[in-house]
Amino acid sequence: MAALSINNVCKTYTGGTEVLKGINIAIEDGQFLILVGPSGCGKSTLLNMIAGLDDISSGDILIGGERVNDLSPKDRDIAMVFQSYALYPSMSVRQNISFGLEIRKLPKAEIDATVERVATMLQITHLLDRKPSQLSGGQRQRVAMGRALARNPSIFLFDEPLSNLDAKLRVEMRTEIKLMHQRLKSTIVYVTHDQIEAMTLGDRIAVMKDGVVQQFGSPQDIYDNPANLFVASFIGSPSMNFIPATIVESGGKLGVNICDDRGCVVLPLPHERDKLAAWVGKEVIFGIRPEQITDARTAHREGLPEMSCHIDVIEPTGPDTLVFVSLNKTKVCCRTHPTEAKRPGESMELVFDVSKAVLFDPASEKRIA
Amino acid sequence: MAKHLSVGRIVLYAALVLMAAYYLLPLYVMLSTSVKTLDDIRAGNLISLPHAITLDAWSKAWSSACTGVQCEGMKGFFWNSVKMAVPSVLLSTLIGAINGYVVSMWRFKGSDALFTMVLVGCFIPFQVVLLPMATLLGQLGIANTTTGLVVVHVVYGLAFTTLFFRNFYVTIPDELVKAARIDGAGFWTIFFRILMPISGPIFMVCVIWQFTQIWNDFLFGVVFAAGESQPITVALNNLVNTSTGVKEYNVDMAAAIIAALPTLFVYMVAGRYFVRGLTAGAVKG
Repeated sequence: MAALSINNVCKTYTGGTEVLKGINIAIEDGQFLILVGPSGCGKSTLLNMIAGLDDISSGDILIGGERVNDLSPKDRDIAMVFQSYALYPSMSVRQNISFGLEIRKLPKAEIDATVERVATMLQITHLLDRKPSQLSGGQRQRVAMGRALARNPSIFLFDEPLSNLDAKLRVEMRTEIKLMHQRLKSTIVYVTHDQIEAMTLGDRIAVMKDGVVQQFGSPQDIYDNPANLFVASFIGSPSMNFIPATIVESGGKLGVNICDDRGCVVLPLPHERDKLAAWVGKEVIFGIRPEQITDARTAHREGLPEMSCHIDVIEPTGPDTLVFVSLNKTKVCCRTHPTEAKRPGESMELVFDVSKAVLFDPASEKRIA
Repeated sequence: MAKHLSVGRIVLYAALVLMAAYYLLPLYVMLSTSVKTLDDIRAGNLISLPHAITLDAWSKAWSSACTGVQCEGMKGFFWNSVKMAVPSVLLSTLIGAINGYVVSMWRFKGSDALFTMVLVGCFIPFQVVLLPMATLLGQLGIANTTTGLVVVHVVYGLAFTTLFFRNFYVTIPDELVKAARIDGAGFWTIFFRILMPISGPIFMVCVIWQFTQIWNDFLFGVVFAAGESQPITVALNNLVNTSTGVKEYNVDMAAAIIAALPTLFVYMVAGRYFVRGLTAGAVKG
């Protein structure tokens, strides 16, 4: 177990392509760090650099306070689980797990005991003498985790470990990984492009795009207070609604003007007046999550602004029904109670909870308030 | 399977049988001629069946036929070829495997360019290298020896074996090598413990390809080996062209079959891996 800090790390390939542009991330011992972002954002490159599989162009990576830039992967005391599992095809499950221990020349008895312990923990004891080709996807995944666990490293690295599993198994394994983390209190760096995995697993999330960390924080913080339009759109499913709207002053309060084809309402904004003063009369992007536009029954609270909207489409998901309406000529998703949702073509009273609404600058896409 | 034969099927099968016969006929002629006596050959035609089967021609071809001035049959040259082919095949395959491993799994600056240069070796005609190679072998002091011939074949075979192994290894996810590196394995441990055990099919392809090439080679054999160290292909040519009196077709045929047997044998033993190896990686395991 060890803390990890990444200080101003850059990666430039020969030819000048800049993949990572000054990454700064620090986590404490035992924390679960998620690197999340769309493909090509540099998250896997960063993980490979932590592992020592890719060179660091500039900056430092410290594991447990020790600079590891020039250490080879085997000397960094890390273990890694890959997306393709990367099990050694010619070896049995037992040999796969013990390979790293044998190379480190551990005594035979200790290796056997470790294999036994890890196999029991992951419930793969009955598979120990099989070859990887005789295992299902989920079993291979377990063996790959077992190989990492056997080494008992100071940091575990996961490179999209659940991407090759089917949806049901992915959810199961997600819980198991979280359980394993709670039990072992190990430091984990986990790369994924799936924002749900990021939200559910992480203690800390680094949202990356184009080789830059867009925001680094706790899952709830990133969800509630996205730093910019990209983070707001990337985290959360269904995605946050982004409605172009003009800031107006009415009755001494600031609000955003929201219209559909039959009329307009002004939604009062809870934000500090100072931040918005310069934006009065100008267009901003009004960000509001689907669960913040809902029916009166779900909203619970009195006195929230309401608007009667024309329903375009509904999507029942079971626990909720997603209602799509058009506001300011933009498609907007609202999360309503299944029994309260009206049918397409009908009108429905929607309640807006603006307390967590956010505003973005349409040009720079940065957060205004 | 269709129960009845349509006209199209019958035509198809007839064509296939005809083509098979066309390709098998020379083999039949060689085999039947090799077990005939000389009188029998003169009395009948090429495809007539032998009257009595005799292996005299085979034993003469093996141990007493004249190749030029000496009359000791093919056996000495057969072993020459074995001594030349086996080390050449093994060495070129092994080095090719290491080359392929490096250019696919341990890319370095210029490794693609290096691979391209090696690849060009596949297209260099034999004739081009004859004179410089002769000079080189002379300077190394291994001209006219089996060792010299082995060196030539290993160098020449590397282009192909490197290509084969490289193409096989690029189909293997490099995460496998990454995982092994993190587990603490080094260059050779990864090669011998992770990659070699799964290289069986491509190994077979290389062995068959190289063995066929090297065993059947005539030009290098005739140029770089002389007298006692000649391979069997050169000896066969000498045997057929040695004309002292009667032309012994049965001995020629037997000698030719003896010269061809090892490649047939290798193909029969390892052939089923050949197709498997060439298509390996096409379907992800």
